[in-house]
Amino acid sequence: MGGTIEVQHLCKAFGGKPVLCDFSASIPAGAVTAVMAPSGGGKTTLLRILMGLEPADSGAVTGLAGLRQSAVFQEDRLCDNLSAAANIRLVNPTLSPAQVEEALAAVGLENCAGQPVSEFSGGMRRRTAILRALLAPWDILFLDEPFKGLDPGTKERVMADTRRRCTGRTVLLVTHDLGETQALGAVQVLRLPQPEARL
Amino acid sequence: MVFWLAVWQIASMVIHQDLFLVSPVRVVVRLGQLVTEGFFWSSIANSLLRIGGGFLLAVVSGVVLGALAARFRRVQELLAPLMLAVKSIPVASFIILALMLFSSRHLAVLISFLIVLPVIYTNVLAGIRSVDRQLLEMARVFRIPAARRIRYIYLPQVLPYFLSACTVALGLSWKAGVAAEVIGMPEGSIGEQLQQAKIYLNTPDLLAWTVVIVLVSLGFEKLFLALIRRAAKRLERM
Repeated sequence: MGGTIEVQHLCKAFGGKPVLCDFSASIPAGAVTAVMAPSGGGKTTLLRILMGLEPADSGAVTGLAGLRQSAVFQEDRLCDNLSAAANIRLVNPTLSPAQVEEALAAVGLENCAGQPVSEFSGGMRRRTAILRALLAPWDILFLDEPFKGLDPGTKERVMADTRRRCTGRTVLLVTHDLGETQALGAVQVLRLPQPEARL
Repeated sequence: MVFWLAVWQIASMVIHQDLFLVSPVRVVVRLGQLVTEGFFWSSIANSLLRIGGGFLLAVVSGVVLGALAARFRRVQELLAPLMLAVKSIPVASFIILALMLFSSRHLAVLISFLIVLPVIYTNVLAGIRSVDRQLLEMARVFRIPAARRIRYIYLPQVLPYFLSACTVALGLSWKAGVAAEVIGMPEGSIGEQLQQAKIYLNTPDLLAWTVVIVLVSLGFEKLFLALIRRAAKRLERM
């Protein structure tokens, strides 16, 4: 599971415009931590730095080394040529077809396992992307506005499934919605300073 | 097709000179005679082996070099002038140069290879460059092993580039390969037969062999593309 992840004085600017400024935080292991900020507030940039997809201009992150990562990106990032089950098994080939079908059914995607995701609606793709992240082998899960685009009923169902699968595990949730932080049982909410305040 | 055959037939009847334009019926009759000859099949087999061999060699080299160039910028920088030179130098120059250095026996292999290589290389490189960056980031975060990345992320996105390159290159390889055979005249080849037809002003033979080249080239193209599509489909299946 790993220990606490320490983020120290993280700074990142794009084209001279600061996006993250001297951001520090402790992310406890085995719990859900939420990050909230308005649009353009650096939430995704923070996640990208933590996932190792973007270098920080300065600052340091400790406690992530050796942890297996999983993520729900803002975009679905599914392989359109593959079925829902194949997309999930791409990140975890040890899953049996029955396990995948059961997981899909839990989020309302019964009998969809073999269907190409290119034929899915936006909500179905989103649920597949969430399940892919949840079913991958992971020590830390990054959720970047994961429930965006889901209708209220489906969202409740998927959030309940996500919470069940995330209990006792390290999760970093980026969201605009306080309700989502409560639904996932976030133990702390980190607020990034608004862009105006940084300029 | 029928329309153009009719035009050809009418034109040959109007000209009424077999030396200049033989009728399609005459060509078919000559073709019927040729298929009963042993040299007909051995010539096709020899040319197919040489031109097809050069093509396949270039496909493998083009894919490997394209992948290396996409991965290592230095390789791309190193290969760029070479590929540009191969693309720009006239085929005839290559043929003459090769004839001065090697025997004409394997000339078609070399020419077919040189014509196909830059086409495959350029397209594979462009295909790899066009792969969805977001999917690659996803694969990085989930630590998807390289073999699975290639199979499920790269392959489906590079395949259209590769297939279109092969379609273009297959036609080119036959044109250039047969041209090389005509100049080099390796024994028992389609090119040699064309050259013989030219020397003896044998227009029916010339056109019959031309039809053979078109048919063999088309057949080879269809077979090769079908095999690639089938292999890719099998690979993409999970």
